Amino acid sequence: MASSPSSQAPLTWAVNISVIFLVVLWLFPTLGLFVSSFRTADQITASGWWASLTSSEQIIQLRTGGRDAAKEVDGVFVVEGNILTDGDEAPGQLEISAFGVSSRAVDAYKIGDTAEFNKGKTFTLNADGSYKLTSPDKLRKRGQRVFVTAVLPPSFSTENYGTILFSGTGQDNMAKAFFNTLTVTIPATIIPILIAAFAAYALAWMEFPGRALLIAAVVGLLVVPLQLALIPLLQLHNNVGIGKGYLGVWLAHTGFGLPLAIYLLRNYMVGLPRDIIENAKVDGATDFQIFTKIILPLSFPALASFAIFQFLWTWNDLLVAKVFLIDSTGQTTVMTNQIVELLGTRGGNWEILATAAFISIAVPLVVFFMLQRYLVRGLLAGSVKGG
Amino acid sequence: MSELKLTGIKKSYGSTEVMHGIDLDINEGEFVVFVGPSGCGKSTLLRMIAGLESISGGELQINGVKVNDYPPSQRGIAMVFQSYALYPHMTVYDNMAFGMRIAKASKEEIEERVQNAANILQLGPYLDRLPKALSGGQRQRVAIGRAICRDPKVFLFDEPLSNLDAALRVATRIEIAKLKESMPSTTMIYVTHDQVEAMTLADRIVVLSAGYLEQVGSPIELYERPANLFVAQFIGSPAMNIVTATVETAGAKTKVKLAGGGAATVPIKSDKEQKGAKVHLGFRPEDMTVASGKDALVEGVITLVEALGEVTNLYVEVAGSDDPIVAKVPGTYDVKRGDRIALNADADKMHLFNEEGRSFLYL
Repeated sequence: MASSPSSQAPLTWAVNISVIFLVVLWLFPTLGLFVSSFRTADQITASGWWASLTSSEQIIQLRTGGRDAAKEVDGVFVVEGNILTDGDEAPGQLEISAFGVSSRAVDAYKIGDTAEFNKGKTFTLNADGSYKLTSPDKLRKRGQRVFVTAVLPPSFSTENYGTILFSGTGQDNMAKAFFNTLTVTIPATIIPILIAAFAAYALAWMEFPGRALLIAAVVGLLVVPLQLALIPLLQLHNNVGIGKGYLGVWLAHTGFGLPLAIYLLRNYMVGLPRDIIENAKVDGATDFQIFTKIILPLSFPALASFAIFQFLWTWNDLLVAKVFLIDSTGQTTVMTNQIVELLGTRGGNWEILATAAFISIAVPLVVFFMLQRYLVRGLLAGSVKGG
Repeated sequence: MSELKLTGIKKSYGSTEVMHGIDLDINEGEFVVFVGPSGCGKSTLLRMIAGLESISGGELQINGVKVNDYPPSQRGIAMVFQSYALYPHMTVYDNMAFGMRIAKASKEEIEERVQNAANILQLGPYLDRLPKALSGGQRQRVAIGRAICRDPKVFLFDEPLSNLDAALRVATRIEIAKLKESMPSTTMIYVTHDQVEAMTLADRIVVLSAGYLEQVGSPIELYERPANLFVAQFIGSPAMNIVTATVETAGAKTKVKLAGGGAATVPIKSDKEQKGAKVHLGFRPEDMTVASGKDALVEGVITLVEALGEVTNLYVEVAGSDDPIVAKVPGTYDVKRGDRIALNADADKMHLFNEEGRSFLYL
């Protein structure tokens, strides 16, 4: 970069490259999950998700007609037909380039060649898929196995989504868990915002003794790891009769979310112009009216940004749900927990896991993209004038 | 009836007293301007009248009612802030209607008052706009309109023009003067550090300094008869020249000898015992003339020439004074830095202050 006109150019490049790197780092797995969720188990075993986006050369296994399709001509059993279009499992017309009759040499013959194999059998395959199989002996009931090298177009199906969302079997069906997660997330987002907004207004704009100490306490609570409180809190819930359930998990999420919520909102509200609030006082507004009519509308970016945070981590939460919600009946399982269970029961079925994972990130993705401008604005609150 | 009576108003933050007992009567329909340098307490005093700051001592009466502990909304006041303080998420109409909606006024009354204020301030076309779509001057007009809508007994202005550019400031100043004329019975209190605003708008000016009330009077009274050195130097631009002098002859006229050598006979009465006393002699730059010969009041070297076209300000270093003497001579005047010059001043317009800085006129 010796020829760069300004010294800022290399830095800009470094920033741009880092950003691109991070974007790619995050987007690739997401895209992979997304693509994989539309593929079948066989496709996933045969090739990577990136290969499925374009036509690819693959070896497919097909069968000729069997004993029933054979005709006896001059003492030789002959089967004729089209290997690409006959039968139930035929793939349809494809561009084929080679074939084989043994799994040890799947592309031993060119199209149009005649393969001769065990006990005088011959097999000829043409480009249009028509074939001729001859055998001196009687054929078996099932037809001859043929391996064909073919160029397959991309093929996707929504079958996995059907399995995950609509299949009746309890193990794979995530629909219930999806709604359970929503049941946890929505109140667990709204309740702390409501409480925190009131608290933040009081801490920012109302004079009362001990205010500074309270703010310090809230900041102190920011650094307390939530794991510390899991067991005592669960005991408390059990003792007061809440037990495990939605109420418990809402309360827990509210508690764990409040310090950051109060801190963020207070910092935002304290940056609102004092004159506006004083003018509202001169206009005769009470504290509650100032809060609802002035502060809340003006704090919308901060409220939205915290809502996104709280929504995302209650949605993705496993720990708190496991401790406070999920009991042995399994009726209240959430998606994160169900995915963990799927890992056990369907560990090898990548198509199921990918679909489950993608369903679980779909809602956060939508929420993020809808509200991301508030996320940035709210985070920058106070640091940039007029932000 | 909307008179204000301040009796021994004090303000302290913890043990630090910042306002030291202000006594002031403001009559109905008066336009009073608080002026003073930064940090003199003029805004604090205004905010105490508004009820935005608590009053630590003394009594504030509006219309004969003690309002020390009344919230702002019950004092019958409206305030216009320096930063406009418009509600950014509300249209101009809603901004002006906010106070009345809080007070649960009827829709018709709100509509009538808002339209009335909008007419006075020519805000009609902007009623549906948000504040961010308005220029600075328009925003300030909305802020004033919002105050008008409250139909207050007392208008409070906290440096309302400070955020405007020079041309707009003059225009808005004239609008405020017109507004006052159209509402003759409304009392207005206006805080500014700009003495042009103070001189042009005020019926009476209140000069504050470091939490003390220095002088109250009409603009011309403050200019012609300042009570002390502070007021003398604060009112007028450039500031009044002050030189130390000694009283030579006391009586109906006082003859003083300047530390730098010159002498002057000032038509101000002095007592006999003041003979020989050290005094401060004040004379305004605009009362000075260039002298020729020996009768000069002061003489020195020019250190700076400010040619403004209309006038020329000469800064002259003279013996016996630490600060340069400033002379304002009309038109352009052809001198250079380093030239020697002799200056005279109109003796009728000189001021005498004793050693404590109090004017001889008020002794």
